[in-house]
Amino acid sequence: MAGPRHISVSEASRPVLPRHAKLKYDETRKVWVILAPERVLAPDEIAVEVLQLCDGKRSVGDVSDQLAAKYAAPREAILADVIAMLQDLADKGFLTEAREKTP
Amino acid sequence: MSEVLPPLPPDTSDSLAVLEKTRSTAETFGIPLAVLLEITHRCPLQCPYCSNPVELDRSGKELTTDEWKKVLSELAEIGVLQVHFSGGEPTARKDLVELVKHASDVGLYTNLITSAVLLTRERLGELADAGLCHVQISFQGIEDGLADRVAGYKGGHQKKLDAARWTRELDLPLTVNAVMHRQNLHQLPDIIQMSLDLDADRLEVANVQYYGWALKNRAALMPTVAQLDACTDIVEDARERLKGRLTIDYVVPDYYALRPKKCMGGWGRQFFNISPAGKVLPCHAAESITGLDFLSVRSNHSIAWIWQNSEAFNRYRGTGWMKEPCKSCDFREIDFGGCRCQAFALTGDAANTDPACALSPLHETIFKQAEREAAGETSRFLYRNFAGGTLEAGDDA
Repeated sequence: MAGPRHISVSEASRPVLPRHAKLKYDETRKVWVILAPERVLAPDEIAVEVLQLCDGKRSVGDVSDQLAAKYAAPREAILADVIAMLQDLADKGFLTEAREKTP
Repeated sequence: MSEVLPPLPPDTSDSLAVLEKTRSTAETFGIPLAVLLEITHRCPLQCPYCSNPVELDRSGKELTTDEWKKVLSELAEIGVLQVHFSGGEPTARKDLVELVKHASDVGLYTNLITSAVLLTRERLGELADAGLCHVQISFQGIEDGLADRVAGYKGGHQKKLDAARWTRELDLPLTVNAVMHRQNLHQLPDIIQMSLDLDADRLEVANVQYYGWALKNRAALMPTVAQLDACTDIVEDARERLKGRLTIDYVVPDYYALRPKKCMGGWGRQFFNISPAGKVLPCHAAESITGLDFLSVRSNHSIAWIWQNSEAFNRYRGTGWMKEPCKSCDFREIDFGGCRCQAFALTGDAANTDPACALSPLHETIFKQAEREAAGETSRFLYRNFAGGTLEAGDDA
């Protein structure tokens, strides 16, 4: 069973797209999209990069470390941006959190 | 007169734009992102507002499994991203699992739009395994008495509740679709609660749109202005209260509006559907407009060709076809003159302004008629079936 829907994104969260939201490269329009029920979202390049790292294993902190290293940018600023972007997605219902499997 | 504003466009933040919005000027029309597949008109329910045409396709005319598979492959190739399996009742097709599997194999996002009364837990599991991404179940009310009466199907409501629970047990996302009208609008707060109890992700509060079957049943379905105002308040309050828990999409009945809806995002601009017999249509009610020749996937034209070049799609595409008052109206690229099917049904000419628009010479008449019908005594339904409809037994209250 799925857990509670509304997640609050923090540095320790390990977010992942839920089954009903699929990140896909649209070959026809040459753009990344998130497919969701009755909606097609067009994430920008940064959002795509973040979402590709959100595999349910990495924490938001890990993701921010990786991006800070890659772009040689201040980690605090990156972390704030990543949390804001993911929280926005969560508020729209397109983000879930990996949790321990109950035996 | 009460003004009902159209629902707000989806919220778009900097990083997440809704794709349609980046590509909308009057004359452009790319391949639609999503396509509605009405794979059969067969359905065990008999809802009096069914969106299918009054003239239903019989099963002998339906596309075969192989023909639907070919359609799915072709849709994926030309850039369609999502398909909605709908009907009629799509689970009435024995090959549904096979079709969903094929759609998944060619990379399409799949949605099942169902009454759910024919589903078993086993079959739903097979659909999930075939890659189904999302399930949308229609509800006619919150309790057996009214819900089963509206659907004309005894025991249906309980079956829907079962199927909704199985959907979530299988960890599939669930949308509750509630079609609202005068006889069930009082249950809206409970429908919202039911959606939460069923752990739905999304609720569609869809007021009946009056074409086809619903037009025949308008006197039994039309809400009062007061009901509608209350409905809008309830939805707005719930949207705020349930932000992040339950997404609520809201469709208002346009008879009480001052401005018509941008039906289908404009004729032939963002949407097409395919009928059980394979006709490619600008909307599911389009066949009600006589004098248009809709081509089939069985013709020797590709789906993309039919979408881009066929006479029926080009007839009301853009703004060039418009007459006054649409022609010189500042809103012509905002609402595209409303709904062509409604204009045809109520005025006899699909190129007229939709009477839902306050600028239509017929608007006042239509509005008064709706008010009169809403206050009237008629509550008996004409049930939808292949025989052209059956009137509900009993007397009007």
